[in-house]
Amino acid sequence: MFFPISNTHISPIYLAVVGFVIGILGGFFGVGGSFIAGPALRLMGVDWNYAVGTDLAHIVGKSIVAAKQHRALGNVDLKLGLIMALGTIGGAECGAQLIQALKRTGHVNTVVSYVAILVYSGIAAFMLWESQKTLRTDKRRSASVKGADSKKDRSAFSPVTRSIQRLKVWPMITLPISGIKISLWTILLVAFVGGLFSGFLGGGAGYIRMPSMVYVLGVPTHLAVGTDLFEIVISASYGTITHAIKGNVDILIALVMHTGAVIGAQIGVVATQYFTGPKIRLAFVPLPLIGAGIVIYTLVTGHKL
Amino acid sequence: MKKQEAKSLRAFAIELAIYSVLVTVYFFLVLHLLGEWLYHLETQHRYMYALVALLLIAGQAVALDAVTTLLFRLLRGRWR
Repeated sequence: MFFPISNTHISPIYLAVVGFVIGILGGFFGVGGSFIAGPALRLMGVDWNYAVGTDLAHIVGKSIVAAKQHRALGNVDLKLGLIMALGTIGGAECGAQLIQALKRTGHVNTVVSYVAILVYSGIAAFMLWESQKTLRTDKRRSASVKGADSKKDRSAFSPVTRSIQRLKVWPMITLPISGIKISLWTILLVAFVGGLFSGFLGGGAGYIRMPSMVYVLGVPTHLAVGTDLFEIVISASYGTITHAIKGNVDILIALVMHTGAVIGAQIGVVATQYFTGPKIRLAFVPLPLIGAGIVIYTLVTGHKL
Repeated sequence: MKKQEAKSLRAFAIELAIYSVLVTVYFFLVLHLLGEWLYHLETQHRYMYALVALLLIAGQAVALDAVTTLLFRLLRGRWR
């Protein structure tokens, strides 16, 4: 099938299958899946600028479906999502400016690659340690505590999270759905950092925002996944508009990819019901490692996937 | 329990097959018709294209979600 906007020939079945895989990941983990979509489009000869912009447009559609499903399951904190969207947009703009500054020095590819490897590997290592420690503690606890309390979403990082929640910097925000009271600035900072990485490394940066919501803000994992998706709808819509104005979006490719993502997202959302928080976090570990692997491959071989 | 899982899997396979047919029709009808117009919009009216692109992907998300939910309900009801 010929896509005149990006001037490429791609099989619609290939696009739908890529969308399906990303849809499952998005529904289950609350991530955009740009670390797969970008290289998958590039593999078919789509220019990088179109790959980045088109991926964002596709993320909007996929996240609407997954966020709607999560909302039906009670996994979306709208108030938290709206506040985070503000910080994300600000951070994304700063990240994009940082890229422009690095472009002027001529070291953009090297710096971004090393930062990406460091960040992706760091997240994976931390989540592996935390989720395994929590699962071990839960095993011991469930032997002594019976009932609903043994199934609560716990984290080995909880003491640090509670210390962050105790920081009384005005204004304090109460989030009844997430069950936390926290400073507005902490939420904005977490969202800003997520946005910064989104603007700096591309994609929706769910790989950093979802863990940050769990470990820094103390949001339960299922709610973090759903709220992250809702937040992605807003920030990716903004990204789609700005990229489309710059001529980086082939909406026809995004529409075809999205047909597969709809089914995938539904499967991913339903699957979250069968896993506890620490197990979802443990299953998340390979995702940033795949991203790191792709970056290392491009650094070593000099090929852009 | 196993019988229920098998029913659920069968319903999902049928849903996937119906959905594939619908999507194929969608590829050849809607995208073929929209392709030229969107290409023209992208080259001539970039701001309008940005808005239309966002509306299209959001509209498709809502519409396809409604279709899959409907299929899901119909098939689950039928196989229950």
